[in-house]
Amino acid sequence: MSENLTLVQAVRDGLRDGMAEDDDVLVMGQDVGKNGGVFRATEGLFDEFGDERVIDTPLAESGIIGSAVGMAAYGLKPVPEIQFSGFMYPGFDQIVSHMSRLRTRSRGRYTLPMVLRAPMGGGIRAPEHHSESKEAFYAHEAGLKVAMPSTPHDAKGMLIASIRDPDPVVFLEPKKIYRAFREEVPDDPYEVELGEAAVRKEGTDVSVFTWGAMTRPTIEAAEQMERVDVEVVDLRSLSPIDFDTVVESFKKTGRAAIVHEAPNTGGLGAEIAATIQEEALLYQEAPIERITGFDVPFPLAALEDYYLPEPARIAAGIEEAFDF
Amino acid sequence: MTETVHREPDDMYRVLDEDGELVDGAEVPDLSDDELVEMYRHMKLARRFDERAVSLQRQGRIGTYPPLSGQEGAQIGSAMALGDDDWMVPSYREHGAGLVRGLPLKDTLLYWMGDERGNRIPEDENIFTVAVPIASQLPHATGMAWASKLKDEQDKAFLCYFGDGATSEGDFHEGMNFAGVFDTPNVFFCNNNQWAISVPRERQTASETLAQKATAYGFEGVQVDGMDPLAVYQVTKDAVEKAKDPDEDELRPTMIEAVQYRFGAHTTADDPSVYRDEAEVEKWKAKDPIPRLEKFLKDTDRLDDDDVEAIEADVEDDVAEAIEAAEETPRPDPASMFENVYAEMPDRLEQQLEYFQSIREEYGDEALLED
Repeated sequence: MSENLTLVQAVRDGLRDGMAEDDDVLVMGQDVGKNGGVFRATEGLFDEFGDERVIDTPLAESGIIGSAVGMAAYGLKPVPEIQFSGFMYPGFDQIVSHMSRLRTRSRGRYTLPMVLRAPMGGGIRAPEHHSESKEAFYAHEAGLKVAMPSTPHDAKGMLIASIRDPDPVVFLEPKKIYRAFREEVPDDPYEVELGEAAVRKEGTDVSVFTWGAMTRPTIEAAEQMERVDVEVVDLRSLSPIDFDTVVESFKKTGRAAIVHEAPNTGGLGAEIAATIQEEALLYQEAPIERITGFDVPFPLAALEDYYLPEPARIAAGIEEAFDF
Repeated sequence: MTETVHREPDDMYRVLDEDGELVDGAEVPDLSDDELVEMYRHMKLARRFDERAVSLQRQGRIGTYPPLSGQEGAQIGSAMALGDDDWMVPSYREHGAGLVRGLPLKDTLLYWMGDERGNRIPEDENIFTVAVPIASQLPHATGMAWASKLKDEQDKAFLCYFGDGATSEGDFHEGMNFAGVFDTPNVFFCNNNQWAISVPRERQTASETLAQKATAYGFEGVQVDGMDPLAVYQVTKDAVEKAKDPDEDELRPTMIEAVQYRFGAHTTADDPSVYRDEAEVEKWKAKDPIPRLEKFLKDTDRLDDDDVEAIEADVEDDVAEAIEAAEETPRPDPASMFENVYAEMPDRLEQQLEYFQSIREEYGDEALLED
């Protein structure tokens, strides 16, 4: 059996199934309880599981993440939510100093089966500090896994895989596509394995690597292009990255473009391009294009659409890679 | 001289009761009749602006907006207690306090329309830029006050606004602690509106009051009826005075907990009916600061019905003018997102700007705005 769900409904479904199959799983954060989450990602869970498993916390991100670290080390499986990824930073010390490295520091004595969820990214006319894409921060941090689903099916499957994973996962949800489209999502719990990319469209001329909310405009650009047969790879998992799939695709096409909404400099596009050059230099026919956000603070809503890559810009970048 | 800030944290200071009558033994602050009427006018303006802004958001003419209705007494009362040279360090809901200091309503609208130009404070206003991340402005206010002290200025106070939720953040405690240790001329003004989105005050902290948190940092923390603009004015005035000219045995900083209520939603993206009862809202609406002050001003012959009518017509015009000015402002230049990132644009950013302009030229803005 399955249901036709939006991405945010699939997240809710994944949380519910994760909680139903394991009593140690709990949800905590600002407004996740009675209010059901500001994006409704925890709707109904408070009524179903009660206030000891769906916990409204004080307004304190370091407290939320830090106490989740303590809970996870002590045998629970907390799934803290930070309301917007732009408000993660008061808890950043807990993420980089403890969440990412407790297994390492304690030489395996303490481990953190926890999932830190946050909506991220632009495109919904949100106020200041609500629209950034900072996945590179977390992917840069050894010891963390980083997931960013782009479909409802993946959202539920990757969330369940994250909850069951013995290591801490930063689970970033592109809020622009929270309700953009629906997809059949199985009712029963299932896993979409972390660390596996998905080829969304096969092609032979240029490989385009992307993730999150950029996946859809990238596919749209690819489908509109008549001259170029584009392969679109949705990474889904940003740590670890499925470099086998990336390199295999590149060896087939010899040309690549990378699309992300995060700023260009120090973005994950650089990591992908560097790895391709290490692994497949002799297959390379053209410089690897990056179609990304600009190296400026994310603009307020009036200009955000100029900042975010969209199909015309993406197609232009792909053509550069093709025509070189 | 500054007796209202030397009270037990839970001894709430009041001047007007809920019916606009003077509380027994209370003194009316030393404000002229004109200033009292001005206070009323500011509150009416803030309320009307708020109503129109919420409605503009509903019509899609501005973006997400944080309403302030119910909080005018705290905002206007405190802002009027500041001297010309004093500074205001706001969170994101202080458009009412801002208008007292001359922050144009048009700019407030532009900001919530997503136009960066609304985020630039006019050159001659001592107002710091809006802070959205909760409590992050407290250490800034402490730092500004500290800098003023290091520069040997003796005559400036730095008032910082934040909400009840902010008192749970580390930045609140760090900013307050530094203020105590370095004895900086700060007034920490907590707009306790009872709700941090859906989380009620009593779940934010097990402390009986928020004001008592100041005790731990070595300086005074006092509660005031935040829906009583006269009480708020007096307490803030005293706190500002202590910040500038403390007695030998007292520290400069004060924390004020203005106990109040937000009548509306946290922002226009929020639906408070999911988490709070209408009966509670009604209970607090009985304390509405505007009719209270109006009643007091009428009872003391400072205001009559004709004045009220004239003021209402006047603020209607002011708000309409601000909306018109904001909506007539041409959309920002897309290339302006590359400005003001650095004093001098680095080469790499210059190249990105050139690329941006070339694709605009090649594809046209309409193609770039496609989803």
